[in-house]
Amino acid sequence: MGMKPVRFDHLLPSTLEEALSMLAEHAPDARPLAGGQSLVPMMNFRLARPTVLVDLNKIPELAYIRDAGDHLAIGAMTRERAIENSDLVRAASPLLHDATLNIAHLPIRSRGTIGGSISNADPAAEYPATVLALDATLVARSVRGAREIPAAAFFDGVMTTTLEPDEILAEIRVPKAPPGSGGAFVEIARRHGDFALAGVAAQINLDGEAVTDIRLAACGVGPGPIRLTAAEDILRAGGLTDAALAEAGRAAAEAADPEGDVHATAAYRRKLAGVMTRRAVKKAAGRARKTV
Amino acid sequence: MDDGVRRETGGYIGQSVPRREDKNLLLGQANFVADMQLPGMVHAAFARSPLPHAKILSVDVTAARAMEGVVFAASGDDVMVALPPINGMQVVTPQGWRDRVDTDILIPDQPLIPNDKLRYVGEAYALVVADSRYIAEDALELIEPDLEPLQPLADAESALADDAPLLHEHLGRNVAAFLHTKKGAGGAAMENVPHRISRRFVHHRYAAMPMECRGVVADYDTRTDTLNVWSSTQVVHWVRREVATALGMPEERVRCIAPDVGGGFGGKGHVYPEDILVAWLAREIGRPVKWIEDRHEHILNAAHSRDNIYDVEIGFDDEGKILALTSSFLVDSGAYTPVGAGIAGNSIAHMLGPYHIENYETDCRVVLTNRTPNAPYRGAGRPEVGFAMERSVDLVANYLGLDPAEVRFRNMIPPEDMPYEVGLTYRDGVPMVYDSGDYPKALRRALEELGGLEAIRKRQKEALAEGRYIGLGLGCYVEGTGVGPFEGATVKIDPTGKIMVAAGACPQGQGHETIFAQFAADMWQVPIEDVYVTVADTGHVSQGYGTIASRSTVTASGAIKLATDEVHQKVFAIAANMLETAEADLELRDAGVGVKGVPDMHLSYRDIATAAKPGWGHQRPEGVVAGLESTSYYEPPTVTWSYAANASLVEVDVETGQIRIEKYVEVHDAGVLVNPKLADGQVKGGLVQGLGGALLEELAYDDQGQLLTGSFADYLMPTASDVPPLSVVHQETPSPLNAFGVKGLGEGGAIAPPVVIANAVCDALRPFRAELNSTPVRWSQVAAFFDRD
Amino acid sequence: MTDTRKITVTVNGERLTGAAEPRMLLVDFLRDELRRTGTHVGCEHGVCGACTVIIDGDAARSCLMFAVQADGAEISTIEGLAANGEMHPLQKLFSEHHALQCGFCTPGMLMTAMDLVHNSKDHSPEAIRTGMSAALCRCTGYVGIIEAVTEYARQVHGDAAVADRDSGENSHG
Repeated sequence: MGMKPVRFDHLLPSTLEEALSMLAEHAPDARPLAGGQSLVPMMNFRLARPTVLVDLNKIPELAYIRDAGDHLAIGAMTRERAIENSDLVRAASPLLHDATLNIAHLPIRSRGTIGGSISNADPAAEYPATVLALDATLVARSVRGAREIPAAAFFDGVMTTTLEPDEILAEIRVPKAPPGSGGAFVEIARRHGDFALAGVAAQINLDGEAVTDIRLAACGVGPGPIRLTAAEDILRAGGLTDAALAEAGRAAAEAADPEGDVHATAAYRRKLAGVMTRRAVKKAAGRARKTV
Repeated sequence: MDDGVRRETGGYIGQSVPRREDKNLLLGQANFVADMQLPGMVHAAFARSPLPHAKILSVDVTAARAMEGVVFAASGDDVMVALPPINGMQVVTPQGWRDRVDTDILIPDQPLIPNDKLRYVGEAYALVVADSRYIAEDALELIEPDLEPLQPLADAESALADDAPLLHEHLGRNVAAFLHTKKGAGGAAMENVPHRISRRFVHHRYAAMPMECRGVVADYDTRTDTLNVWSSTQVVHWVRREVATALGMPEERVRCIAPDVGGGFGGKGHVYPEDILVAWLAREIGRPVKWIEDRHEHILNAAHSRDNIYDVEIGFDDEGKILALTSSFLVDSGAYTPVGAGIAGNSIAHMLGPYHIENYETDCRVVLTNRTPNAPYRGAGRPEVGFAMERSVDLVANYLGLDPAEVRFRNMIPPEDMPYEVGLTYRDGVPMVYDSGDYPKALRRALEELGGLEAIRKRQKEALAEGRYIGLGLGCYVEGTGVGPFEGATVKIDPTGKIMVAAGACPQGQGHETIFAQFAADMWQVPIEDVYVTVADTGHVSQGYGTIASRSTVTASGAIKLATDEVHQKVFAIAANMLETAEADLELRDAGVGVKGVPDMHLSYRDIATAAKPGWGHQRPEGVVAGLESTSYYEPPTVTWSYAANASLVEVDVETGQIRIEKYVEVHDAGVLVNPKLADGQVKGGLVQGLGGALLEELAYDDQGQLLTGSFADYLMPTASDVPPLSVVHQETPSPLNAFGVKGLGEGGAIAPPVVIANAVCDALRPFRAELNSTPVRWSQVAAFFDRD
Repeated sequence: MTDTRKITVTVNGERLTGAAEPRMLLVDFLRDELRRTGTHVGCEHGVCGACTVIIDGDAARSCLMFAVQADGAEISTIEGLAANGEMHPLQKLFSEHHALQCGFCTPGMLMTAMDLVHNSKDHSPEAIRTGMSAALCRCTGYVGIIEAVTEYARQVHGDAAVADRDSGENSHG
């Protein structure tokens, strides 16, 4: 009980190599400290009790947003706020920009990081669904070297990823949005900034009213982010007619696998998954048309 | 001698005087309890029950006590030996109430730390004091309680079951209070009504949740044998009384001060075990002790509220005239009920609202369960009963195909019937008389603010044709405010000529220091800067009651006036003596007293204060005692009656069930407004809290008595984004019951929003004959009406 | 025993040093060690915003940082807003618009508002309301707060900046 953390050792590496050695040495009791916006509340409640924190906040080489040709390379310690303010991100991945606006509140985004959010793998978080929709590549590092993990192979259940205990996420590679695409992140929460009851990341390419490419992923309606492949197939085949949208929504609702809690029943979340899918697709399509 | 109240000639009363409280708060120089640092101070923490109902087999604090940095540790056994429980009901009910309302009240005493059983999740079973809160929390983890789980009474209905275990064995039952009252023929009248509707209404559990948690700092001064207790409380005199009683000290040797208090709303309106324990610890340990509640503790352990179930039957005629009303309700009081049957007593008195209803009968059971104790929170029984009543009125309207507004107008007491004898007795033991007001005017005005009833219904029809669902929700209520038993104030003219006012009120953001200065400045005809106000300090006012129940504007101003009148008399007598003139020729002016029409003949208050001194050189006439000071107690004759009409337009989202509030209007009458801007702030603040209760806030328990909503991730309060366009219109019908014509208004805003939103949503969903008879109103409930699959 | 470190921070332009063990929250360090009690503790899990300070230019929750992380940082708190005994324009507006009652949330509100007005680009009514939804107030219903912050944004950025925008799209739901 109480709301002060238990004692821990605080290690402050200044390079990634140093951080990785520390993690390897102190595993499994050590935890990396990124933005702290999820970890520190858990520590204050004494629900998380690491005895060693490896503080990643003074490692400049982990925070960057680079144009790497066909993708954006984003350092894991890049603050959500920096992503929000980045003209490069806004131009090259409007979906990533839009998702960022939905994250909590500005003071949280001042400290929260993209790597921290993705590694935390909260089922209701925006970034996991976004990187899943974008088929991003997640680069993990440890003393044993680097490992490139496709987003589809990264999330492994509630608050669980396929990272090894001594690995940290070092870089996120986000494919750039193809020309003429539109991206939108739409969610419904009880209050602005709260955890999504259901949210959908959508990126779409149109040729007239034909859907040439579409990617959809949902958050808040399963143990992790869910790629809505059935809904994608329906829209690719049927275009953006009311009938196709309705069917896609039903497919999304069916693909959802939510739990009920004090905020919403499973049935209601499932329904919202359908609604958010339709709305995200419409919004993304609207943006796609504007870029023509 | 005029009475010094500058109502007509533009004094401070009625002006939106800027708050003197703001400067320190804005500069970051406030002094909340947590900001206090005293030399040698140590920090307390409490071990709290993880179980809702358990027998305590043993609690061993030895390891905790031995930890480095720990200075003291105690279990329930240690505390029970040293300190008595808090006497069950902290509020004394007047004989007049007990004579006229049928009552059977058995309130359990509350042990400061029990050693027999734990009765709710969060109840303390041990305490530790250490060099820092961090260390104290480490030490708590070394305490291992040996608890035997008992069957939990997870809600009121379970606690009433025949086979339910007893929560407090010595009471012999799980009902702390049975109440019953009747007006006219009561339930018997229901036999003769043309139409009747019965329904159950459920008002869920939520709480005051101030931004500042509770906290106590205590310091025992050995030289003067005085205990100084700083508590984030609304009732410093109650705290002093309980601490003195528990520690066997004269009340004069216990001083309780509430410094800056970060919100209370009723949640800090009674004495908690920690108030007494921290004081005791300071004396035991011989060092200042600080306890600051953290938010997790607060959600589990600070008083919860609402949590009522109402079974109502309403009888009416073809015109929608309400002929008879019965209700039977349960209050889930949790494990203790420190303010006794106060909430239920309020509900009983307020059910009839602004309506003329001749036959009424109600009974209530205040039930003890394994939930956190239930105490008054802004509205204190009025939101709950208001929900049941105002939903019932809408149901009557729906049944007859009449507009809900029309049914209200047909039943409202007209202004020409004021003052109106209700036929019931208030909690103060006095037969209820609504003192003044115009209820229909308030409702008309509220409807006008939304465009007028006809226009609203037209819009609604047009929207429906487009597949959009808009609804109008109404909620009207009356509110007894300014309740006794009394308030105390001391008024003094300082040797410098400044006016010193101290009152027993304990503000938590209301701006009392400013408001009381306004009263005093008008009564003394001085610039407001010449008035110094002290509140919330037992060292400054001998007897006081505190700030709960929307009472301080009425009762503190009453006490300040009585004290002022006493001092006025002396001032005039001395001035007349010094100026060698008759008292009738004198008037208050220019921070003193002067002869009417003679500018040169004037004495400042400073002059008069000097003349009033005891000893050689005084200039008091024969028979006038020395000093310019009076302590007075205002015992209000009975409550004043504020009231309001609320109206709101909402639109529901057919896909998600989300409820968008287009506009929310409250037409509110609290008599003469002392400071309109502050009054507005009170109503709007309460209104937003009410919207929180309607839509967002919930203290949810599972069927095992575990609280599911233990942090701000789950207990959701309104943010700036959740506030719809608000319009608050103030009507000012003076109260005839006091010199200033004021009524209370702290709670009002929070009373109606839950029922207004429920009524609005039901109105929007009229095509589906929707009924939402419980709170909170959930999006999923709305969405369900549109599901086609 | 405990690993107590020396932490140096610049608070409102003043270089201050104190001692903190790693687990000491930044808000506790500011309040108890450095005796700057203007910043308040409301929830210790990052939701209420009462502990918001500006650290290295951005508003952040000081209950979600450890003091050891702030070594060398520049921190602005409520105590640094007024200058030469004169209240900051935002503070004056808070008083004029009755944007505080109990004052407990006020430090967090002020610092959240300073960041919002000075460091973000959108000052439309929607953006201000959304931005200020980062901090909880239990007393005022936010009415005065929104008025005060909007007026401050107008003073800093001009009338056009705070005008209603035809947003067309709403990114939330």
